[in-house]
Formats: sequence, structure tokens, C-alpha cells
Amino acid sequence: MLRVENLRIGDSAPLSFEVKEGECLAIQGPSGSGKTRLLRAIADLDDAPGLVVLNGALRNEMEAPRWRQMVRYVAAEPGWWTDTPRPAFPDTPKAVSVRKKLMHALNLGPELLDRPIAKLSTGERLRLAFVRALIDEPRALLLDEPTASLDPTNAALVEELIRYQLLSGKIVLLVSHNQAQIDRLADKTLKLAAPQKFASPAKKQTNEPTERIKT
Amino acid sequence: MTYVPLSVTDIVLAALLMIANGALSWGFGLKLERTLLLNSIRMVVQLALIGFVLKWIFLQTSPWWTILLAVIMIAVAGFEITLRQNRKLKGLLAYGLGTGTMMFVGILVTVYAVRGIIEPDPWYQPRYILPILGMVLGNTMTGVSLVLSTFVETAHRERVNIEARLAAGHPRFVALDNVLSSALRTGLMPIINAMATTGLVSLPGMMTGQILAGADPVEAAKYQMMIMFVIAGATAMGVVIAGLGVMVLLTDSRHRLRLDRVESPSQ
Repeated sequence: MLRVENLRIGDSAPLSFEVKEGECLAIQGPSGSGKTRLLRAIADLDDAPGLVVLNGALRNEMEAPRWRQMVRYVAAEPGWWTDTPRPAFPDTPKAVSVRKKLMHALNLGPELLDRPIAKLSTGERLRLAFVRALIDEPRALLLDEPTASLDPTNAALVEELIRYQLLSGKIVLLVSHNQAQIDRLADKTLKLAAPQKFASPAKKQTNEPTERIKT
Repeated sequence: MTYVPLSVTDIVLAALLMIANGALSWGFGLKLERTLLLNSIRMVVQLALIGFVLKWIFLQTSPWWTILLAVIMIAVAGFEITLRQNRKLKGLLAYGLGTGTMMFVGILVTVYAVRGIIEPDPWYQPRYILPILGMVLGNTMTGVSLVLSTFVETAHRERVNIEARLAAGHPRFVALDNVLSSALRTGLMPIINAMATTGLVSLPGMMTGQILAGADPVEAAKYQMMIMFVIAGATAMGVVIAGLGVMVLLTDSRHRLRLDRVESPSQ
């Protein structure tokens, strides 16, 4: 279980929520409400005061690289640090077989592994980054707009893979602007309020996730 | 083999060549006249001043004056490094890293060169210490400035890719290894290139000076070889210290990339 307690993102009210194994929490909110910052804070890529616990292990008491192996942030814009995708993947036999399975699931041909990153399409880069994120089987996935720049066919494949991850007991936090996708995947929704200066004073910010029924 | 002193008239004759610079600036509307004039005056004043200061220090028996001038030279070199950064580290970090590196490398290498290699008696004579320190600082300064600016610029440009590595669980120094190696390479390039062309394209200033002062050209060449190795070694040390230093300063113990510790670029 991923438990977040009094996590403060910028100036907004502290956030508290829990996501169980196999559960998907959708995070919604207008631009600037801190959706990406929330995911980054949980992965400890940004400093944010508050408690984040994964199965009893505290974020701040674990070496950051180990924490990020378990709590995997997948950015909306995928980064690559190698010339071709292949060297960015671990080459242990287990990782290779996982990679093959995942690439097949996302309709990615094996020849893409040795194509220069610059020559891959946006969608290919994004899906390969998704494969890379799942390769060492992290326990929690923090997905930032995973399908925003994919065509409907590939978006469906990615969604299918997310569903599979949920079935195998992964924790998923999903930032998405796609209401239909949220309806399909999410068990509950966390709505973040607009940044303070734009928010109407009458509306009180609750920051409590609401239970929802998956359709 | 005699040394020909210059008179003030000789300096004025040389300064006449600046008319060419002035004409160039005026002819092409570069608006550099003022800067040219000011910097020429600055050069004359600085050199005259250092000439008299060195003459005076050479006459002193106390090494404290040598130490004082060395400290000033190191501080100015550190300040110059800071000035050359387009994106500076915030606060005192910017000045501290450059100056710290220059201090460590400058003192270590100069003492090694004078005490271990040249071996005058006594070894701490300002006539040896100060020129060697000056050459070491001047060249190391170039390398250190390049490492710092390349590292910060590259980290900015590659932010998404570096953070992708951090998110994948790579420790901070692994996630920045590409950035570090490209910064180190850039920092070492000038001195490596200088070694390749020295003596063919350019006659180094120190060697030229010794020859003009009446030294045997072969002896001058030997001195120049020694100083090139000393400078290259100093640059390598400075580049590594500054590179590792800026890598530590741009990350934190939670293995995050801390570009918030860098000021936005000037202009």
C-alpha cells in the first residue's frame, strides 16, 4: 500500500490518501494545480515535506535510488540518455525476456531498439519509455499523461498494459485529462484545486479522494 | 645576447598602432572607441603597477609580501571565473567553488614546480613563485571556467534526460556521467590544443620573453617544456576538482537534480 500523509506541494493544502495494491488513483485538476509536482514529490524527485510510505517503508529513510526503483515516475515527456534505446535497458536474461514481452504488448518491433532516438516517432519514444519504466517491475507506477500523445490504437495498448499491471497487484497513480480513460481505469479520483490565486474563495479545498465505481 | 631596455617613447610608438583599432571601430561603426581607450589605459596602469609592485616585492626579504600578492592573484582568478559564467550558481557557491579550486591547484602546483623542479635557493623567492603562479592560474582559470559553464549548460539542456535516469533509480553521479565527461573534455581542450601547436604556430610568451632577455633559446625551450607540463597538470587537476564540485552542488543527498541552485542566465 502507498500511503501519503500531509504531503505539501507548493502552497496548497496538505494531501493525504492511500492507494492499495491493484488499485488505481486518478489525479485530476486544472493546469498549475500541481499534478506533476505531486507525482514528482512521491518519487522524491522534488523536495516536499510530508510522509510517503510504501508497504511500511518510509520515503525519507530509504536511499533515493532504491526508493525510485520501487516507486517509478514516468514523465509525460520521455527522456533518453543513450543514442539508441538498447543501452538504456538492463541486459540480464530476466530483463531481456520482460522487455521482449512488453515490447510485443505495445506493438513495438525489435528493430526499434537499435534505431537512433532522434529517428523514433514521439509515440515510439513514449511507448519505449513505458517499457523501460516497467522493466525492473516497480511496485508503484506514477504515470503522468501516459497516453496524451498517442494515437487511439496505441493508447488502447498502453491502457491495456496499465490494466494488466493493476491485475498483477501494482499500485497506479494516473494523471490524465481523459475522463473516459479515468472512468475505465481508476478506482478513485483525487481532485486538486486550482492554484490559490485563481481559486474562488468560496470553494473550500478538501483534497480528499472520492470513491468511484469503475465502468 | 644583451637585453635592450625600452624607453617611454618606445611605448608611445607601439601605442600608435592602436590608431588602427580606433579607425576600424570608427569606420565600421562598432562603437568600441570608448572601450578601446579605457581598456588600453587599464592595461597600461595594471602592468605599470604590477611592474613596480614586483620590483618592490623582489627587494623585500619577508615572504609575507609574496604570500599577500599570491592571495590577491588567486582571489582575482576566482572572481574572473565567476564573471565568465553565463548561468551562475547562487550565492557564495559560485565564487567559492572557483576560488577554492584555484587556491588548491595554484598553491600545490606552484610549490611543486618551484621547490621540486626549478629549485632556486631559497626556493620561496618571489621572482620564481609569482610568475609561475601567474601562468598556472591563468591557464587553470580557463579550464575551470569552461568546465563550470559547460556542466551547468549541459545539465540545463539535458534536464529531462537526467531526470529520466534519476527516476529509473540511477544514483546522482551515474545519472550525470555524460554531463561530467563532456564538461571535462571541454575544459581540457584548450591546453591539449595548445600543446599541439606550441612552437609551430605560436611562440609562447614566456619563451619569447626569455629569448628577448638574452637567454639561450635551447634553455628557453627547456623552460617552456617544463612550464607546459606544469600548466597541463594544473589544468587537469583544476578541471577535475571543479567538475566534481559542481556535480555535488547541482545535486543533493536525495539524488535530485538541483537546477534551482543556479541563477537564470544574464540577459
